[in-house]
Amino acid sequence: MTASQIDIEQRDVEPDDRLQQTHVVRRLLLRPEVGAIIGAAALWVYFAIVAGDTGFLSMRGTASYLEVSAHLGILAVAVSLLMIGGEFDLSIGSMIGAAGMIIAILSVEHELNMWVSMLAALLVAMLVGAINGVIVRWSGLPSFIITLATLFIIRGLTIALTRIETGRTQLGGLDDAAGYDLAKQVFDSNIDLFGAAFPISIAWWFGLTALATWVLLRTPFGNWIFGAGGNEQAARNVGVPVNRVKILLFVCTAVAAWLVAVIQVTATTGADVLRGTQQEFFAIIAVVIGGTLLTGGYGSAIGAAIGALIFGMVRQGIVYAGVDADWFQVFLGVMVLIAVLINRYVRQRAMGAR
Amino acid sequence: MMTESGSSPMVELRNVTKSFGNVRALQGVSVRIVSGEVHCLLGDNGAGKSTLIKVLSGVHPPDNGDILIDGSPVRFGSPRDALHAGIATAYQDLAMIPLMSVSRNFFLGAEPVKGWGPFRRFDVTTADEVTRVELNRMGIAIRDTSQPVGTLSGGERQSVAIARAVYFGARVLILDEPTAALGVKEAGVVLRYIARAREQGLGVIFITHNAHHAWAIGDVFTVLSRGRSLGTFRKEETTREAIISMMAGGAALEELEHELGQHAPPHTRD
Repeated sequence: MTASQIDIEQRDVEPDDRLQQTHVVRRLLLRPEVGAIIGAAALWVYFAIVAGDTGFLSMRGTASYLEVSAHLGILAVAVSLLMIGGEFDLSIGSMIGAAGMIIAILSVEHELNMWVSMLAALLVAMLVGAINGVIVRWSGLPSFIITLATLFIIRGLTIALTRIETGRTQLGGLDDAAGYDLAKQVFDSNIDLFGAAFPISIAWWFGLTALATWVLLRTPFGNWIFGAGGNEQAARNVGVPVNRVKILLFVCTAVAAWLVAVIQVTATTGADVLRGTQQEFFAIIAVVIGGTLLTGGYGSAIGAAIGALIFGMVRQGIVYAGVDADWFQVFLGVMVLIAVLINRYVRQRAMGAR
Repeated sequence: MMTESGSSPMVELRNVTKSFGNVRALQGVSVRIVSGEVHCLLGDNGAGKSTLIKVLSGVHPPDNGDILIDGSPVRFGSPRDALHAGIATAYQDLAMIPLMSVSRNFFLGAEPVKGWGPFRRFDVTTADEVTRVELNRMGIAIRDTSQPVGTLSGGERQSVAIARAVYFGARVLILDEPTAALGVKEAGVVLRYIARAREQGLGVIFITHNAHHAWAIGDVFTVLSRGRSLGTFRKEETTREAIISMMAGGAALEELEHELGQHAPPHTRD
């Protein structure tokens, strides 16, 4: 007995010594968003050098790339929660178009109060999210395929029904609808800071990022998201309601798409059936650049927000730099490639050799 | 030994039978699990060990026979029921999520909360503190409970699973081959934690293929073969050799040894 006690005491000391050396570095590297923060800083410095004198560094320039980032960031933050939970949602791009069109048809064609049509669109979005989630969980099929199907179904329905209803694919004149002025204040006003007008969508983006981060790191539900995405079976064994968690996350991404639609229809006073095309991929790109694993169980909402910031900086930055905007997609693709390679390396280092 | 062989069992299986189609996985097996004892379940592949623990942990209901908790018969509809009755199963790989921190894993599904209303939140400080204290109590030295479980060794992971089960009120701990994938040193660590769990008054069901591990920690040995129990033996009533022989299928192994011995070329033998 005494021999084994001595043995245990020795073990008490030994692993701690090893921990001390790698502790700080490892802990830092383990934060999913570290790579994205470094990348965002490097890109900012790059554009500051090549486009600093053409407006990138000005407050107006800053506001312009932050607005682009905000629209994507609202989506990306919700998508990051879903992807940490181990699922994809490709249908959000069509959901933006559908939600915008519902609002426009109800308020322009049927002259409903804009807040009523926004509520109607919100309910439809929540229903679509729930349907996505229920089909995925009930069938056991990959959400990638299920939501690829709903991506096309929703887009097709939006185009077909809009044409039946209005004979067109675009609707304008939303600013004549009742309730528009209040909607404009809430979703499309500007905040004057340092002599430039910053769109309020940036505040929505920051607020949602903070909320999602709080949920993820400081609530039991956040822990369930990590658990459901990391190892579904193990999570279920300890009593995590995996189905409920995942279906709720699908509802969240659909609601995020609705919010982006509301911001866009308010800003442009109209809707287009093709709005939001490709946004689902941009959102996934932002989330992945932000350090979230495609396989689930690991990631951060802040990372996704920074991924969206990178997206916005590049999209506006190459314009300020005088580069043809055709090159944007090349930039984006290269960045995704770099990001996943760095993330893989960082994660392997962080997890040690075991 | 702290407990007499006659003390009343916490969990008992009586004449349990279980068939899958026309395969009789268990045929009238009885086992008694007593507080503060390590009960080793031995037997070759297909002997019925897995079926037995699945009946005990609520995965499969028995076809016939009874499960008794503290002497009264119960029926488990799901693993949750068994868990509520204090029977916890620590699977080697299924129990932990590698990319989540130790304390987040420890409390997954049972997170401590503080605050109220919309401010009700996961009490991370308490979770970290309790995890550290509980692991230390089991003799596991992890200073940083925020490190991912994936950075722990197999033995440490198994030990965290044991500590978790103990903390959440398990009275009976089922360990399905906890030392199987581990090196010699690591296995020793896990065996030590099993001893700690026993000291805390838990009943432990320990399934292993390794007779040395079984003999080192076991108080009682039940040997299964082809769905039947070959008997239950207390450590003081038997010998290590007898256990090894029964585990390996006794006579069959002797025959094999004889056969191999005969055919091996003489110059390679020493």
